[in-house]
Amino acid sequence: MKANPSRIILLHGLIVASALIFGCGSASNNSSQMNQGTPSPGSNVQAISVNGGPAHNFVDGAFTTVTVCVPGSATNCQTISGILVDTGSFGLRILSSALSISLPAQNNSGGNPIAECAAFADGVTWGAVEMADVKISGETASSIPIQVIGSPSLPNIPSSCTAQGVPMDDLSSLAANGLLGVGASIADQEIYYACPAGGCAETTESVAEQVQNPVASFAKDNNGVIVELPAVTSAQTSINGSLIFGIGTQSNNGLGGVKVFGTNQNGDFRTTYMTTQYVSFLDSGSNGIYFLDAATTGLPRCSGTASFLYCPTSTQTIMVTNNAEPGTNGASAPVSFMIGNGLTLIGSGGNAAINDLGGPAPMPGGIFDFGLPFFFGRNVYTAIVGRSTPAGTGPYLAY
Amino acid sequence: MTSVRDDQTKMQGTLRTTNHDSYDIHEIQASNGVVVREYVSQSGKVFGVGWQGRSQPDLRQVLGSYFDLYVQAVQAQRAQRHGHGPLLIEQSGFVVQMGGHMGSLVGRAYIPQNFPAGVRLEEIR
Repeated sequence: MKANPSRIILLHGLIVASALIFGCGSASNNSSQMNQGTPSPGSNVQAISVNGGPAHNFVDGAFTTVTVCVPGSATNCQTISGILVDTGSFGLRILSSALSISLPAQNNSGGNPIAECAAFADGVTWGAVEMADVKISGETASSIPIQVIGSPSLPNIPSSCTAQGVPMDDLSSLAANGLLGVGASIADQEIYYACPAGGCAETTESVAEQVQNPVASFAKDNNGVIVELPAVTSAQTSINGSLIFGIGTQSNNGLGGVKVFGTNQNGDFRTTYMTTQYVSFLDSGSNGIYFLDAATTGLPRCSGTASFLYCPTSTQTIMVTNNAEPGTNGASAPVSFMIGNGLTLIGSGGNAAINDLGGPAPMPGGIFDFGLPFFFGRNVYTAIVGRSTPAGTGPYLAY
Repeated sequence: MTSVRDDQTKMQGTLRTTNHDSYDIHEIQASNGVVVREYVSQSGKVFGVGWQGRSQPDLRQVLGSYFDLYVQAVQAQRAQRHGHGPLLIEQSGFVVQMGGHMGSLVGRAYIPQNFPAGVRLEEIR
């Protein structure tokens, strides 16, 4: 499958000339691969765990805990565990079934509640937009819009939303109590609805009214995040790591020797396989490394209901080169990852952290979706659009 | 082509039609930046849709009577997947491939038996 340049131009038509002033980027790829150990605790460090999550069946997902409060209240709060850390989305979403306190609705000027249909690759989330103070580690995002998925106040999903995908509205379908979207974007720019009693109709919301990336709303340490996870050589039932807020804002979140890659506004960059360049992204919310197709990679797909995974007879090492988005900082560096037999890896059961799980992504043009296995043994930085850091203004990623 | 015009209206988009030997491509550039391409055979059947942008196309319209089977297949795949990733649905009557992440989605859906003679899968994009 060859990349068609005209497609790439369309997909990335929103590239904004950014004032990237990259001060580093000279580090070799290998120097940044090993986790340097447990970071010093601080108000900007949140524990995360790859442990199967609240449904006890998630492979390669990093979970954490968030506290939500009625805006301004110190007591009307709830701490919710089992929230998936997702660098591929933007904003906090919580299953209504996991939320026991009542948060105020976001209403439009006519007094009608606002709801949202958020589109993911494998489904949609529908639910009310509500206001909350979001507290994670020592950080607070005050009175920001979040999505309450499957909120009983707005049970009827518009057909225009279900037409885009199958709802993920309970623990079984979401496999988490919520999503903590900490990718490059400040707001989610999804599809919003105003919902008078007669039914919901599409509406527009300003960027500030949309569901917000909580990190961008923190009073400090608000220019990005670092996901730190230890290396996984053999599959594990559980591993622990950290989600660190801020880049270069504290003694524990400097850039060190990491390599910085400029991205587009959504966090996308490019990956070269053989001689062809493809669109790629680092997505902690994807549970494997998904890329290209069997015909291009020579990796056979698994049989039957696991055909979304690759099933080589022996573990394969895949060599690629990651490249900054064109027009940014020009960074480029080779990197490799492993792909094992998906049926064997998942079939044995019980392991939540597997470093060589992956499958095809045969979408038009071909993509590289670097999911959580890519984060093992690395400190992965995501810098937020328009926010300044010691390595220049976001968006960029670094590892 | 009423349905195509409906899509165009719904997406407040601009419609461009290009003619190929055995099919037409209706490309709708929606106001929110999503590009949807509908592949329509000379008998008027939509046999494929490709898209890229912030949201997904109307799969209910594309898949027609297969839509309920699509929903069942997605739910079955979720039970097998142990997490989230690209969606790859291949049933006897239709194929849906959806990937990317929030804000940057790419995919296609097609009905192989409705492909006009000589059309290759790579053309659906």
